[in-house]
Amino acid sequence: MDPLVNSLLNVVLILLSVVFGAALLTWLERRLLGIWQDRYGPNRVGPFGTLQIVADMIKLLMKQDWVPPFADRLIFIVAPAFAMFVVVAAFAVIPMAPGVGVVDLNIGLLFFLAMTSLGVYAVMFGAYASDNKYAMLGGLRAAAQMVSYEVFMGLSLMGVVMLAGTFNLRELVLAQVDGWFIGPQIIGFFIFFMAGIAESHRTPFDLPEAEHELTAGFHTEYSGMKFAMFFIGEYVSVLMSAAMITVLFFGGWLGPDWLPPIAWFLLKTITLVLLMILIRGSLPRPRYDQLMAFGWKFMLPLSLLNLIITGALILI
Amino acid sequence: MIWAYLYNIVFYASCGVTVVATLLMISRHNAVHALLYLIVSSLSLAIIFYLLGAAFAAALEVIVYAGAVMILFVFVVMMLNQGQRSAALEAAWLPARGWIMPSILASILLALLLLGMNSEHPLQPYGVHGVAVKDVGIALFGPYVLVVELASFLLLSGLIGAFHIARKMPSHMDQNTLDEAGNG
Repeated sequence: MDPLVNSLLNVVLILLSVVFGAALLTWLERRLLGIWQDRYGPNRVGPFGTLQIVADMIKLLMKQDWVPPFADRLIFIVAPAFAMFVVVAAFAVIPMAPGVGVVDLNIGLLFFLAMTSLGVYAVMFGAYASDNKYAMLGGLRAAAQMVSYEVFMGLSLMGVVMLAGTFNLRELVLAQVDGWFIGPQIIGFFIFFMAGIAESHRTPFDLPEAEHELTAGFHTEYSGMKFAMFFIGEYVSVLMSAAMITVLFFGGWLGPDWLPPIAWFLLKTITLVLLMILIRGSLPRPRYDQLMAFGWKFMLPLSLLNLIITGALILI
Repeated sequence: MIWAYLYNIVFYASCGVTVVATLLMISRHNAVHALLYLIVSSLSLAIIFYLLGAAFAAALEVIVYAGAVMILFVFVVMMLNQGQRSAALEAAWLPARGWIMPSILASILLALLLLGMNSEHPLQPYGVHGVAVKDVGIALFGPYVLVVELASFLLLSGLIGAFHIARKMPSHMDQNTLDEAGNG
């Protein structure tokens, strides 16, 4: 096949499957949470409620596209689009299987970190533009939380980078042929997993949008499709965390021959997504100061320790 | 050939965006808008770095400058949340007359820059060899190790300063007791 056509096909298919996957995840999560909490969840529209996302989509599209008169108009409109943009852009560097993936950057891992660190802006500017006290408090919390958790998110990945000797995600996967990095980097995995949940601000790290104290946090003033952008962006970022953990710690598409590589990748990613939903369904939300203290006083030293031990083991 | 054209288009477009965004950053009265333009300017600067072959510098520009330093700026500005009144005040502080002298200075600098670029080494961005992350690391911990150590001194002193400012007051010296002592 012509390489240009091939890469265009890759781009379009990955973009569509990521966005539809995220939309489907909104249904899957509600359904699973329902089952785990001993109720049905959305089960009316279509078989097992799978068409619930269509119903939601119609509802969100039909809603009035409203910008509050006191809002900072331009930033208010740009913020949700940016929230969606950064997470989808980060998917560009994820290698899903040999020949499947948008771009093969030499600094792929750094690109991923750059996109996650830009994700804070969507939340902060959304909160600022809303000119609402709840939104402002949520935005400030989100900024502090995401900046803090980003620090050791990056540090926790450096162990993997040291073992593989590259920032290129495809080479990182190939470096795991003899054994996944989950073994030697179990601490790194644990830290990255927590940081991934915190970056997508989901329960138990959903302090920026804690309903009982901040109504909806930074997206209080948002409705209709603008709200949906934030919402879907959050689910895309869950998918992205799971895909990233698969690539970095679970050997990406590597697996026995009886399934094609892409199937292994999807299987591992979906398992991790389900684990994240289970965590949401089972853990309570901590207090805000507990969250920050846990980050800086426990996770950061732990990731530094992990780095020192990994370095020492490589040198021996 | 088409790639060379595309490369040039992207390069000059991001140069243009950087210049315009920086100018807008200086001239905005609303602090948050100014910061937004500063972020745009550093992002397009990252694209320029990337196109010139310094991929690692580009990533750091986004992660450190746009992703960490600017966030702290926005954080503080949001916390102060100054709104319309301060924007009006800012506008009053920047009358048209105030632009004359800086503009003259800036245009002298621009003329010097153009003169410097027009010498026998014209800019040839396309086809430059890339600097790998490994090269940066080897350079940092080889010939430039002293600079790295000095920078870590600086960071350590910053850390100690922050620790000093944020430390807990001994209970007999907290603000309330001091106030009472002052009143009594």
